[in-house]
Amino acid sequence: MLNIVWPIFIIISFSYAIFSGNLESLNSSIFQSTEDAINLTLSLLGTICLWNGIMQIASKTTIIDKLTKVLNPIIRVLFPDLKNNPQIQQEVSMNMIANILGLGNAATPLGLKAMKSMQKENNKKDILSDSMMMFIVINTASIQIIPTTVIAIRNSLGSENPTSIVFPVWIVTICAAMARNTSNKAINKNYKKGEIII
Amino acid sequence: MKVMNFVSNIAMPLIILLIVIYGLKEKNKVFDTFLEGAKEGLEITLSIFPTLIGLFVAIGALRSSGILDIIIHFLTPILNVIHFPSELMPLAMLRPISGSSSIAVATDIMKNYGVDSSLGIMASTIMGSTETTIYTIAVYTSCIKIKKTRWILAAALTADLVGMLASVAICRFMS
Repeated sequence: MLNIVWPIFIIISFSYAIFSGNLESLNSSIFQSTEDAINLTLSLLGTICLWNGIMQIASKTTIIDKLTKVLNPIIRVLFPDLKNNPQIQQEVSMNMIANILGLGNAATPLGLKAMKSMQKENNKKDILSDSMMMFIVINTASIQIIPTTVIAIRNSLGSENPTSIVFPVWIVTICAAMARNTSNKAINKNYKKGEIII
Repeated sequence: MKVMNFVSNIAMPLIILLIVIYGLKEKNKVFDTFLEGAKEGLEITLSIFPTLIGLFVAIGALRSSGILDIIIHFLTPILNVIHFPSELMPLAMLRPISGSSSIAVATDIMKNYGVDSSLGIMASTIMGSTETTIYTIAVYTSCIKIKKTRWILAAALTADLVGMLASVAICRFMS
């Protein structure tokens, strides 16, 4: 994706700067930007290392197993098709826990494993099943409990209260999750009627 | 307002505290484990650094060349209809596509309009509450070679839009 977006950005902004005579500010911004990237990376480095270390402690304890059990009733409601398949349920909930704790690197492999297991149970191999759709929808919702990256960015820019956004983020995540569920259900319903096939 | 701030501020310390206590309770070598994880964090951050350099230069150029102002200027009348600040439009457009470019745009917005200004807080909330939707769908469907995705992209992007509008609304309500 960035192989398309990045050159477009460079071409339109650099050629516009040449035509409009904004070359001085473009030149200074090029060097300013590399400096900004370094500052942000340094700040991210601190936060991500700290959080990753803490989550490593969590992953060595039984917390994840326990949280997986807490999620079970929710998973039964969201994935009715998986009720006879505890193995896939387990994979799905481990992916969700990894997402909630902000372990993006752990969440993706777990998620892909769950998708592959669901594909085995899928009757039509070239169409997403209901549970797969629900699973992808959950993964496109940011259900991370602490938005560490944003906090790091805010911190690097000298915010007075970098963590002040945590609660608003939760509220918005819940709103968006409901919207996700509704739009997904609406599409599924029409799909079953045979109106939408793509 | 006070409750919101309190919850926001207590969340991270409380989680760290609980995890450390839990680790001790189960008799783990908590500090050694912490170091393992932190080392991995170093690799993760260094691996995104080249991407950030490239994107920061591109986004910085969009702003300093003046082209971003022109785009925002054209979008303003349309976005006024849904009460969405046009300054946030570049973020709203890039967020579903790419994680690192949305980091670059969000940082650019927070830096230019103030990290604690209402635009800065809105940008932070959007970043924290949405995902790289298109990328995620691509990864998850391509790994099992699914062709028919049943409008899932439309459903997910609608939800992203709701999330972005909700971010703007809640930040207006807070300030």
